[in-house]
Amino acid sequence: MTEQNTPLVEMKNISISFGGIHAVENASVDLFPGEVVALLGHNGAGKSTLIKVLSGAYKRDNGDIMINGEAADIRNPRDAKKYGIETIYQTLAVADNVDAAANLYLGRELQTKWGTLDDVAMEASTREVMGRLNPNFKRFKEPVKALSGGQRQSVAIARAILFDARILIMDEPTAALGPQETAQVGDLIKQLKREGIGIFLISHDIHDVFDLADRVFVMKNGKVVGHARTEDVTKDEVLGMIILGKVPPGATPGPGAMKVA
Amino acid sequence: MAETIQSTTNSKTSGAAGQAEGNIVARFFRATEIDTRMLGMIGALLIIWVGFHILTGGLFLTPRNLWNLSVQTASVAVMATGMVLVIVTRNIDLSVGSILGFTGMIMGVLQARLLPELFGFNHPAIWIIALAGGLIVGALIGTLHGVIIAFLGVPSFIVTLGGLLIWRGATWFVTSGQTVAPMDVNFRLMGGGTEGSIGATWSWIVGIIACLAIIAAIINARHQRKRFSFPRRPVWAEYVLVALGCIVVLGAVWIANQYYWPIAIARRYAEANNIAWPEGGLLISQGIAIPVLMAIAVGIVMTFIATRLRFGRYVFAIGGNPEAAELAGIKTRWVTVKIFALMGMLCAIAAAISTARLNAATNAQGELDELYTIAAAVIGGTSLAGGMGSIAGAMLGALVMQSLQSGMVLLGIDSPFQRIVVGMVLVTAVWLDTVYRARAK
Repeated sequence: MTEQNTPLVEMKNISISFGGIHAVENASVDLFPGEVVALLGHNGAGKSTLIKVLSGAYKRDNGDIMINGEAADIRNPRDAKKYGIETIYQTLAVADNVDAAANLYLGRELQTKWGTLDDVAMEASTREVMGRLNPNFKRFKEPVKALSGGQRQSVAIARAILFDARILIMDEPTAALGPQETAQVGDLIKQLKREGIGIFLISHDIHDVFDLADRVFVMKNGKVVGHARTEDVTKDEVLGMIILGKVPPGATPGPGAMKVA
Repeated sequence: MAETIQSTTNSKTSGAAGQAEGNIVARFFRATEIDTRMLGMIGALLIIWVGFHILTGGLFLTPRNLWNLSVQTASVAVMATGMVLVIVTRNIDLSVGSILGFTGMIMGVLQARLLPELFGFNHPAIWIIALAGGLIVGALIGTLHGVIIAFLGVPSFIVTLGGLLIWRGATWFVTSGQTVAPMDVNFRLMGGGTEGSIGATWSWIVGIIACLAIIAAIINARHQRKRFSFPRRPVWAEYVLVALGCIVVLGAVWIANQYYWPIAIARRYAEANNIAWPEGGLLISQGIAIPVLMAIAVGIVMTFIATRLRFGRYVFAIGGNPEAAELAGIKTRWVTVKIFALMGMLCAIAAAISTARLNAATNAQGELDELYTIAAAVIGGTSLAGGMGSIAGAMLGALVMQSLQSGMVLLGIDSPFQRIVVGMVLVTAVWLDTVYRARAK
């Protein structure tokens, strides 16, 4: 994690508001290759909104996004995918009524030379990817609706990594999962990290992500309170940042830091 | 159906003895992958048919009635295929009957008034231009609806409710309420009747081609599964499917060929061609009617679109989870526009069939068809909650609706009471479907 490198992603001074309410104000975050950055904050702190700007679901009002040091023009989810940004949403965002292969390739279907869907080829590579991620997964022909939370999660993750994502955004990746499945997702994150993928983890629960993350960014009321390497701060200090906006000595304060009287 | 079938390269399982009775039935359906829901509909259809046959004292299951039934179903069946896509994406189209009326009137005026001035009556180009004109107008109307729904954010219920009124009113304005008749000779073939049927020989040819297509499709599917070593059906199940498919196709052709030309027409034909009038009457088979072939072709094309193309995949994905589809980078709005444009074109095809059949374009053409079309799609298993539905199911649904109506006409039931029955059947069918789905979970 040499800071001299160009960051994989740099979001600078991002602002977005909905009907006069500043959901995100002047927020800056960055992410390096092979790094896991946790974005923490209460519900409504603006972390999901900020990250949706990166994934193309929202359009920013102000600010710049740099990918590999170059300004990126992200207006919709298709643009984001072009930059290798893949997102796993809190709501999982899978189409319940179609099977795993259809979900994995949704929006990027493989086609035969006649322009028809190449279902067989898509199923084949789905089986391959799922076999790597979750060898217990066997229900390829069923609508995703019939799957368990963990299986749906693995479908969502498989979709993200199938297309060689360089930047992976995971919004509350373990919120819907049991302990065993959570551990699985944790292993997966470590594996992806080793492959040099940069990962944003978004969570309101510090315990979910503290051990996985290299750095944390804390948001409160739409502003970045501060950021820190996880090795420089304790969980309690980060909790203090989340709840009070109080920046500990090991962290770098941001625009949302509590003013010291 | 719920489980993936394990690969069995030979028919070992079929010979496995010592299984319970229920298991054999369950295993049969699992091995053949026949949709039990679809089977239930076919069962219901057969019950309706046999029931009417008994009640009418043997009038229902005759080649003549079944042939008529097929022709009467064609128009609504064509529109029902499009309605499936509309409803799957959680929209509704209440305007299809009015679009049918309007495009029918446009095609009527084109072929009966405008084009003959250019080409003379019954010129072979007339029907093509008239049909193309109808398709274009239908597509434009559908596109307009789709754009308002997708880009202006007006709910489809309201847009098409407006369309229901507007296009019915517009139909009146085309001719100030006059009925346009008669239709072009070639155009009229699309309405069926003695002329608009393809006769015994061609019907058999069509039937045999269909059988070959079934065999080819099954072999191809098996080959594809083999290539990627996916689980395959047992071989005996493939044979059963081929046999069933071919029996249904050839049986339908046989029935269509059992319906002969009416005596008056046959006599005229005999006189015109110097054929001696035989003892038992001249038996010339009608064969499959052209509108039925059109409906089947539409069904095949729409099934292809819905299951084999990206567009169809997107339609179902949007229906299942609009947000996920949008986030996956699908241009959901354009898909919506395309669906409604397609629906408009299908209305024009249905209009061609129904104006040709009536040999006139009238103001009231297609009134209430929107409701029959929606009912057909819903009875055929299209979920109003979105994401679920099949083209074949909707066409079968149209056949169920038409069978009920036709049977009640044969029984001499008054039309107000017919409507009451159709209404009750619709509600009951959807209720049964809800129960089925709750169980399936």
